[in-house]
Amino acid sequence: MSSPADLTLAQLRDALKKKETTSLEATDAYLARIEKAKALNAFITVTPEKAREMAKASDTKLAKGEGGPLEGVPLGIKDLFCTEGVLTTAASHILDGFHPRYESTVTSQLWRDGAVMLGKLNMDEFAMGSSNETSFYGNVINPWRRNDGGNADLTPGGSSGGSSASVSARLCAAATATDTGGSIRQPASLTNTVGVKPTYGRVSRWGVVAFASSLDQAGPIAQDVRDAAIMLKSMAGHDPKDSTSVDMPVPDYEAALGQSLKGLKVGVPKEYRVDGMPEEIEKLWGEGVAWMKDAGCEIVDISLPMTKYALPVYYIVAPAEASSNLARYDGVKYGLRAKEFSDITSMYENTRAEGFGNEVKRRILIGTYVLSAGYYDAYYLRAQKVRKKIFDEFAVAFSKVDLILTPSAPSAAFGLGEKTDDPVQMYLNDVFTVTANLAGLPGASVPAGYDKQGLPLGLQLLAKPFDEETMFKGMFAIEQAAQANRRPNEWWA
Amino acid sequence: MSIDKDTVRKVAKLARIAEPEQRLEPLAKELSGIMGWIEQLNEVDVEGVEAMASTVDVKLPMRDDALQSGPTGGGQPENVVANAPKTEDNFFVVPKVVE
Repeated sequence: MSSPADLTLAQLRDALKKKETTSLEATDAYLARIEKAKALNAFITVTPEKAREMAKASDTKLAKGEGGPLEGVPLGIKDLFCTEGVLTTAASHILDGFHPRYESTVTSQLWRDGAVMLGKLNMDEFAMGSSNETSFYGNVINPWRRNDGGNADLTPGGSSGGSSASVSARLCAAATATDTGGSIRQPASLTNTVGVKPTYGRVSRWGVVAFASSLDQAGPIAQDVRDAAIMLKSMAGHDPKDSTSVDMPVPDYEAALGQSLKGLKVGVPKEYRVDGMPEEIEKLWGEGVAWMKDAGCEIVDISLPMTKYALPVYYIVAPAEASSNLARYDGVKYGLRAKEFSDITSMYENTRAEGFGNEVKRRILIGTYVLSAGYYDAYYLRAQKVRKKIFDEFAVAFSKVDLILTPSAPSAAFGLGEKTDDPVQMYLNDVFTVTANLAGLPGASVPAGYDKQGLPLGLQLLAKPFDEETMFKGMFAIEQAAQANRRPNEWWA
Repeated sequence: MSIDKDTVRKVAKLARIAEPEQRLEPLAKELSGIMGWIEQLNEVDVEGVEAMASTVDVKLPMRDDALQSGPTGGGQPENVVANAPKTEDNFFVVPKVVE
C-alpha cells in the first residue's frame, strides 16, 4: 500500500479495521503533508500532539477489534467550531487567544465516533466571504492552478476555504465546514471536492461560532460522495442544546449510495442561467441533465422566478442577524481588548474597530442600519416576507420534483484579488447556493467536470427538507457518470 | 436609498465600532452601493405575505426549570471568566461605568 494519506476516508476506515495500517501511521503521514503544504495556508492551528495522542488511543481500540465508525480517521476542523482547550479564532483578530472550555456538539460527536483532530482550518473571518480573502490569518491558496503555464494563485472559495483546500490537497481525510449562503458548496465546487449543506436543523449549531443563526448549518467537505455520507452520519442528530435542532432519526446515508434513481423527478430551473456565466458551465449542466436521464430520472422544467431576489434578501437577513450575534465581542468576555480607551464605550468601540476586519465591519454596519428605527419595516421586514415567498416557491416546486439540479457556482476558481474591489461582485458568487439557506433546504456540490483551463466545476443538487438520502443517491449517480476525479499537481510540496 | 456620512457616523456609533472621520465618506459610498443593489426588493409584491424568521416549523422546546449539568450548567465561574481579558475573583473587570 502507498501512503495511508492517499486513501479516501472510507478506504482508510476499512484499512484500519483490517489492520493494514494504523491511525498513528495515517496521522503522521497527514502531519508531514501539512508541514510541506504551508504555502496553501490552509491551517490556522495544527495540533500534532493532540492528533498523535488521539491516534494512539484509536489504535488501542482498533487492535482489540473495537472502535467507532470513524475510529482513527484524521480530520481537519474549520476554525468556527469550538474545540475544548484548543485555540478557536473564527479567523478573526477579535478572538485572539480564545481557548473554549467546551466542545461543539459536532466535533464531540466526531470524537465520540473515533476521529482524530489534525488541527483547525483557515476560513473567511466569521465565515463572511466567498474567496477566503477576509481571514485575519491570510488568504488560503487553492491547490488547483490554471493549465496555462502561469502560476497565479487562485481562491479555494469561501468561507470554508481551508476545508476545501485541505481536502483537495489531501492534508486530511475529510473536513468539517459551515454554510450560511454557500460556504460549503461554492468552495467544494472550486476545488474538486464534495460539499454537503444539510437541511437546517439536521446538524446542531451548538458550539459553532454564530454568524446568521437562521441560515447557518454545518456539514462536511470530503474527497468523494461516500466520504461525505459517512461524515454527515456522525455530524448529524438531535441536540437539546440547540433549540432549532430537529428530533428525527439520522439515516445511514452510505446505504443510499448506488440505489436506483428510476422514476425520480429532477427539476431544472430556468432562472439559474445568469449573465456572464461561462459556456462550459452551461454545457456541464446539460451533461448533468443527461446523466440523470440515463440513471432513469424524469427531467422536469421548473420555474423559480424569485431566484433573483435571493441574494438581496440574504444581504439584509444575514447582516442583520450577524450584527446581533457579533454584539457579544465587546472586549469583556473573551478575546481582544483595545489598549487605548477613556471609558467603557470607547473600550467597546476601539476593541471592535481593532478586532474586526473590513468585511465584518461592513456587514455589521449594514445589519445595524437595516434594523435601526425607521428602516426596520422597509428593509428587514420586507426581506423576511420575500424570504417567505422564496420558501413557498420551493415548496411548490418540490411538490412536483424530488431533486433540483443546477450549477454550484457561476464560475471556476478566480484569482485572488480579482473581486475584492466590489463587494456586490463578490456576493454574486453565491447566486446558486444562497436559495437553499433561505429556504432551509439540503444542498450539495459534486465534482462534475473541468473548464478549458483545467479548473474543476461542480454541479449542485437540492432536495426536500430532511431528504438528504435522495440527495446522496443523486450525488452518487453524478459522481459515477462524471468520473471527475483528477487531482491537483502538488506544486506546493 | 443612498447613505450619507452622517448616517454612517450614527450607525457606527450604534454598532459600537470606532470609525475615523476619514473613513466615513468611503464607507458611505460602499454601503450606498450595496443598499442600492438591495433596492430591487421593492419590485416584489409582499402584500399579505407573512414575515419568515425561521424555516424550522417547531415550537421552542421546554425543559425542566432546573440547573443543567455540563457546560451549559451553573456553578463554574472559573470556566465562564477563563477567557476574559481582565478578571478579579471570577468577576469580569471593566472600566468604571457609574460615576
